[in-house]
Amino acid sequence: MSVPHALLALLSEGPKYGLQLRQEFEARTGEVWPLNVGQVYTTLQRLERDGLVESDDTGQDGPQKGFRITARGEKELAGWLRTPPDLSSPPRDELVIKVLVALRMPDTDVHEVIQVHRRYVVELMQQWTRIKEDAAPGDVSLGLAVDAELFRLDAVARWLDAADGRLTRALADAEIAGLAPDSQPAAVIPALPRPRRRLGVRR
Amino acid sequence: MTALELQGVSKVYGQGPTEVQALRGINLSVKVGTLVAVMGPSGSGKSTLLTIAGGLEEPTSGEVLVDGTALSTMSRNAKARLRRRSIGYVFQDYNLLAGLTAAENVALPLELDGVGARAARDAGLKALEELGLADRASRFPDELSGGERQRVAIARAVIGDRRLVLADEPSGALDSVHAEQVMRMMRTACGRGVAGVVVTHDAQLASWADRVIFLRDGRMADQTSPLQGPESLLAPSQ
Repeated sequence: MSVPHALLALLSEGPKYGLQLRQEFEARTGEVWPLNVGQVYTTLQRLERDGLVESDDTGQDGPQKGFRITARGEKELAGWLRTPPDLSSPPRDELVIKVLVALRMPDTDVHEVIQVHRRYVVELMQQWTRIKEDAAPGDVSLGLAVDAELFRLDAVARWLDAADGRLTRALADAEIAGLAPDSQPAAVIPALPRPRRRLGVRR
Repeated sequence: MTALELQGVSKVYGQGPTEVQALRGINLSVKVGTLVAVMGPSGSGKSTLLTIAGGLEEPTSGEVLVDGTALSTMSRNAKARLRRRSIGYVFQDYNLLAGLTAAENVALPLELDGVGARAARDAGLKALEELGLADRASRFPDELSGGERQRVAIARAVIGDRRLVLADEPSGALDSVHAEQVMRMMRTACGRGVAGVVVTHDAQLASWADRVIFLRDGRMADQTSPLQGPESLLAPSQ
């Protein structure tokens, strides 16, 4: 996550000392986004150099030095909040590739491969859900962060379900068409997607 | 203690060319205080498993034990009593009676079981209060939102001395916030000593369970390993 913008956000609540910023940063990002705390001070120096924050002229560098956000810093923060992050798909989705490879291997049960991944995803989701369940009722930040993980994993689980269903249907269609019913789907279904191009790359 | 046990349960519908094998040799044991989720694609036998576990349908072969008692050895009356007293059901479409208020719907299982009307109503009101629905007690189902109807259905399922709560897609068409509320209620019920079984195709819902079972073509294809602590998720990334 963007440390400079997280610090600007903390300073948008009012002037704060370096030590206070460090403590609040740790408290708010919680355990979900661990951070090397040394970054806090160097980032503050950089923000000051760029005119996004101002510090007390009197104090030395260190925990007791006070900082406040400038008008430019406010503008930068507002712009950052509204700039969409890069959501384009990764150049290669490892899971998609594994399933596609399994499909082309005659002695491999693709459904079994899919189930191995489905179980792993659900187990991860169970762990995140337990964190959410154990969180204090008022801990909205943790709830939001855990939800983000759960929705991301849920999308993977749904894709696995869809892949499973699509393969089952394709095999049934092949059987109706009179092809060998007990062959591996890839062998009997010419229409199945094949990794001819790099999947996931945006054109 | 085991609240529900399925031993080699199979279910066949129809005969000859129309025969459908809905369940094939299912073995499942659910301990008191635990929540089990059953996942699988449509037609994998999830709902059949639930209706057989709740004694609403009989298996073609195999045995169902609730609290250690085999359902096949019970008289019709004893089985009906068990269903009323010990088993709570939550259905996809809630199944609330339209002519009864929320409180009356919740109190109904107690009244059917011979509890006096006033005592049953008091217990119903208390259950609704616990779910934050006290101000909806005298509303009829069609005056409630989907989320409220589902909470009333859960209150009805967990009221009294229930041992087993069975839920079929309990979040229905609810949004994620309400779905979470429903699952938290299921967990609370389990914390009070109920065994829960939730059938769902939704991984987020299933992730509330202690154990997730995957059905495929009527067979138990796989299940999750015992839950690990969250430490592995919280380790510093780099």
